[in-house]
Amino acid sequence: MKQFLVFVRKEWYHILRDPKTLFILFGMPIVQITIFGFALTNEVKNAKIAILDPSKDFASTTLINRIDASKYFEVNDYLVSTKDLEKYFKEGKIKMAIIFPQHFNQSISHTNTAQIQIIADASDPNTATVLTNYASSIIQDWQNDLNKNRKLPYSIHAEVRMLYNPELKGAFNFVPGVMSMVLMLVSTLMTSIAIVREKELGMMEVLLVSPLKPITIILAKTIPYLLLSLVNIISILLLSVFALDLPIQGSIFLLIALSLLFTITSLSLGILISSITNSQQVAMLISLMGLFLPTLMLSGFMFPIENMPLPLQLISNLVPAKWYYFIVKAVMIKGLGIQSIWKESCILLSMTIFLLIISIKKYKVRLS
Amino acid sequence: MNILRYLLEKEFRQIFRDPSILRMIFIMPIIQLIILPQAANYEVKNVKIAIVDHDHSTYSTSMIYKITASGYFILTGINDSHLDAMELVERDHADIILEIPAHFEKDLVKESETEVLMSVNAINGMRANLGASYLSVILRDYNQDVRLKWVQLPRFDEVKRLNITSTNWYNPHMNYKLFMVPGILVILLTMVGAFLAALNIVKEKEIGTIEQINVTPIKKYHFILGKLIPFWMMGMFVLSLGLLVARVFYGIVPLGNIGLLYLFSGCYLIAVLGLGLLISTISQTQQQAMLLAFFLMMIFIMMSGLYTSIDSMPYWAQVVTWFNPVSYFIEVVRMIVLKGSTFRDIQFNLGIILIFAIVLNSWAVFSYKKRN
Amino acid sequence: METEKVIIVKDLTKSFGDFIGTNAITFDVHKGEIFGFLGANGAGKTTAMRMLCGLSRPSSGEASVAGYDVYKYPEEIKRNIGYMSQKFSLYEDLTVKENIRFYSGIYGLNKSQIHEKTSSLLDQLHLLNEKDSLVKSLPLGWKQKLAFSIAIVHNPAIVFLDEPTGGVDPITRREFWEMIYQASANGTTVFVTTHYMDEAEYCNRVSIMVDGKIEALDTPSNLKRYHNAKTMDDVFLILARKAQRQADQ
Repeated sequence: MKQFLVFVRKEWYHILRDPKTLFILFGMPIVQITIFGFALTNEVKNAKIAILDPSKDFASTTLINRIDASKYFEVNDYLVSTKDLEKYFKEGKIKMAIIFPQHFNQSISHTNTAQIQIIADASDPNTATVLTNYASSIIQDWQNDLNKNRKLPYSIHAEVRMLYNPELKGAFNFVPGVMSMVLMLVSTLMTSIAIVREKELGMMEVLLVSPLKPITIILAKTIPYLLLSLVNIISILLLSVFALDLPIQGSIFLLIALSLLFTITSLSLGILISSITNSQQVAMLISLMGLFLPTLMLSGFMFPIENMPLPLQLISNLVPAKWYYFIVKAVMIKGLGIQSIWKESCILLSMTIFLLIISIKKYKVRLS
Repeated sequence: MNILRYLLEKEFRQIFRDPSILRMIFIMPIIQLIILPQAANYEVKNVKIAIVDHDHSTYSTSMIYKITASGYFILTGINDSHLDAMELVERDHADIILEIPAHFEKDLVKESETEVLMSVNAINGMRANLGASYLSVILRDYNQDVRLKWVQLPRFDEVKRLNITSTNWYNPHMNYKLFMVPGILVILLTMVGAFLAALNIVKEKEIGTIEQINVTPIKKYHFILGKLIPFWMMGMFVLSLGLLVARVFYGIVPLGNIGLLYLFSGCYLIAVLGLGLLISTISQTQQQAMLLAFFLMMIFIMMSGLYTSIDSMPYWAQVVTWFNPVSYFIEVVRMIVLKGSTFRDIQFNLGIILIFAIVLNSWAVFSYKKRN
Repeated sequence: METEKVIIVKDLTKSFGDFIGTNAITFDVHKGEIFGFLGANGAGKTTAMRMLCGLSRPSSGEASVAGYDVYKYPEEIKRNIGYMSQKFSLYEDLTVKENIRFYSGIYGLNKSQIHEKTSSLLDQLHLLNEKDSLVKSLPLGWKQKLAFSIAIVHNPAIVFLDEPTGGVDPITRREFWEMIYQASANGTTVFVTTHYMDEAEYCNRVSIMVDGKIEALDTPSNLKRYHNAKTMDDVFLILARKAQRQADQ
């Protein structure tokens, strides 16, 4: 045990002596949570649109003003003909165009109906759908106002309540997601590189001829990173609560404990990567190139897992971040206790044990 | 010029000598490009809905039928109490709870007015909004059906009604893959370029070979060019492979000029490699270089406009994206591939990327010190 | 031996913050000489050598190498010198032949010269059978000899060797010194650091550095006479005993 602590201390010095690395390690989660927490949102706001309004009458102007005043749209251009439309879309200047007919006002007052055309740039289909929806509902609201003095019979009113996040802040979704990405990738990357680096520099052999067991050496290399992650977890949580106004509805100890469990899972993955590679370059390419996009896209925080084709849904189960993302949302935002997330926690735990067993086996094979 | 030739020869030899890295550079991006776009589907088609029906009437039942038949919703539970339904939401088994009060039918028929309650899981705001608006549309339709049944509408409707028609240009079938594949290709290309370049010079520092180079009369820009060119060629190869995958697996053929796409990509790669080389020259160890590259990459990718719209960001964050080369490329790749934009349409972005390329590479040459 | 001076050093100093690595050293090296640069670990040998090679900028003092000022023309100096560092620094993932070709190429040798050089070097080093092996597979002694040959592949006026024989067996060390004599005979000035005192005996002149200063500079026989010592080892011990610095700085 004493030897072990000596080793941990040695690793600790390695990390502390490299202030640049340390600075990035601690600075990264803070900068990223701040930027992403404030900047990222799935909502579509301030979309630039163009209007073609040949009638320019009272009705069309009031409707356009209402569209422009909403937080979703920003009228960027007024077109004179549909000819320019193509050009504006191709230059990427607008996301949507709304086309009014000739004599808009006249047609509403006389025939009680008028045609409005919405053209969306569906090269981004998500934005296109959302914008078309927003525009339609603004137009419909305006139409309802026209009919205000007429009460419709047999009406079903729907009252909508937004649970957990009534202001629809992007941070509620992105903080748990970014948290899982940063913890995962930093832990995996750092451990895999730290161990492979020793191999590359020939230090591993020196360590392995010492009376310590390989597992002790490897654990000693990972413990400092576990402590670093703990600092990161705490700084992320502090930022989330005090800067981003996120609640911590559930038990903070449960949240930290499970975050540490997730860190250990990632560290184990790093150890596994280090056991199958011999160069830092390969280790880091696997840890970053190999894990970045799959973690981002399959953990469920960017894209709903139930929309994916079945094989991908199955693959997503192998992504530790998926389970952690669920846990963070449940404990932090929904305020649930261990009884609701014991299953996910067990999955993370078994992943960790599984990864460690394989890496220890791999190391034994190599050394004997 | 001759010296450059020997530098290039050496770099290529080293690259091809390490098959494990080569494999990773070519195979990993391609596999990801084949698999990951399938995951990227925002389409709100499968909203999971739990219904708490306190009424159990003909009307409530027919309304529930209308919702499930719409194709947008998956009914994951019909519960007796709000609490049971909440449990489904907590376990992420339901996104929306629709609660039908006990006097739903009675109120509708007798009072001519009734109410339902929608509770939406709003952790993901966009999904919540869309789900709620879909459900509202269906309810409105159902409401219309009810009215038609009870009221004989006059032939000439006095209600003013606007007809909204919507058209989706460039992607009429709303195929998400058309949108994600080029974007993911850009991200993969950026990662390959930036990570490889970031690791390269610092590796020579770590193993000491850079000493021997520094004591030769080699020019600094020769050395940087010697690193830049091989990676550039590999990047262009990855791009070509990626476009091939896009065509074979997703049937995506760029609408615009492919030469234009290559022109832009070529300039873009120079910028990204310059960034990588810059990181490499200012780092002491590969670990440092990697962390720094990862830190920047993560910001670049998340703020690129691929996953979330840049227009929706607060102004200061939009300013941050001006310094993000990835965002310019994401925009251009979409313009060329999906909209068939021409040189005139992308010249602004091209200009910016050229400035990035010049600044980053000059900076890399400048910060590479042959003596300290 | 009053010949042309190829290295002129006057009050050359390099400090790292409070620590003075090299403290106002002054010496000259003549053309064709084998100049031994001795000192305990941490005495400042490598620091001084790196300044002369243009790898490190001096804090103060003057120095010129091969007629070029170290402040103004470091790149001109590099054209005229060879350097072999303490740490083996050829590309281990390239073959013997590829390393030779690469360094000849970047020193601006033309195709036929490269071809000629490669075959003569492989022949001299008895590496013909190993020409296509990766450098990492060679034993250390061979690597060192290859590194030396590559350091003088462009026939430089001066070659700087930083502890070239560290960790090498006595027979290979012998062969290595034969190569040094050969280079010297061809007119290359050799500037070599070492802490093997028997090697000091092979040099025309040696300087001994203690704590960043040059404590002695003369031919090995003069030094022995002056200090009344039998071997260079004794001379070294007498001088090095004054050291205040920790050896491992």
